[in-house]
Amino acid sequence: MELFVFLVAGGACIAGALGVVLNSNPVHVALSLVGTLFGIAVLFVAQEAHFLAAVQIIVYAGAIVVLFLFVLMLLGVDQAEDLSIEPLGGAQRIVALLVGLAVLGLPLLAFRSTDGDATGAGAQPGDPNLVREGTADIAQLGESLFTTYLFAFEVTSVLLVIAVVGAVVMSRKVKRAEYVDDPLVTATQPDTEAPA
Amino acid sequence: MMLAVAEVTPAWYLLLGSILFAIGAVGLLVRRNPLVMFMCVELMLNAVTLTFVTFSRMLHDIDGQTVVVFVLVVAAAEVVIGLGIIVALLRKKPTATADDITVLKG
Repeated sequence: MELFVFLVAGGACIAGALGVVLNSNPVHVALSLVGTLFGIAVLFVAQEAHFLAAVQIIVYAGAIVVLFLFVLMLLGVDQAEDLSIEPLGGAQRIVALLVGLAVLGLPLLAFRSTDGDATGAGAQPGDPNLVREGTADIAQLGESLFTTYLFAFEVTSVLLVIAVVGAVVMSRKVKRAEYVDDPLVTATQPDTEAPA
Repeated sequence: MMLAVAEVTPAWYLLLGSILFAIGAVGLLVRRNPLVMFMCVELMLNAVTLTFVTFSRMLHDIDGQTVVVFVLVVAAAEVVIGLGIIVALLRKKPTATADDITVLKG
């Protein structure tokens, strides 16, 4: 049964991931990403991380991908790109594939040396972080989050406030006079400088 | 007989996670649209969260799942900031690719 779930969800993950890399239309890329995220949520359920599976769907598929689609539609960059130019051709593509194979090869080497087993010590009986059979994962997760990791949890609220303020600053419309000597503008708008 | 042999071990999940990470890394290197590059980063983050959950199950340690919660928070903050930068960039030039952001080039 777990084999069937793994094959279907893993297949969806791989297919979605390939879609993200190979699709030329950014909207299709975002939808492929949803496929991958959904597959990973199913794999979370298969590994008894029920709460994280729900959060994965709500936060990633529900919020982050929708945000991506909002930005795509807002900026009107949803038209397909020329795939012969857009994914870099020639040498860069070969180098990227080599880097990808290296990134894949490193964990494979680690698998070979450990027979696919985790080398960490693991939680011992009596540790607060030991997974208790029969207790819901959300209860243990909450306990861990609000005792051992309480400080880190509170600091994430600071992070979120900084992110919100940063987003407002970034997307604020600047007045014309301000961005005349903005180097970013002159770098990305060479057309305005071109002679008529 | 075949099904009895092919039992899903945690190593399968780790393998899937590393394949997804590699695909995301290649996508990040190959694509030039900043939004698509960003989605490839999300793909890599998700591959790592899958690995964390697998290790949590292998080692009977709930901390692996706690880390995933933090990864989710950081990913959400990262998307907000990153999309803010991309909106500011693409508003000035709608067809900008990663190659056009060369202000910091020496």
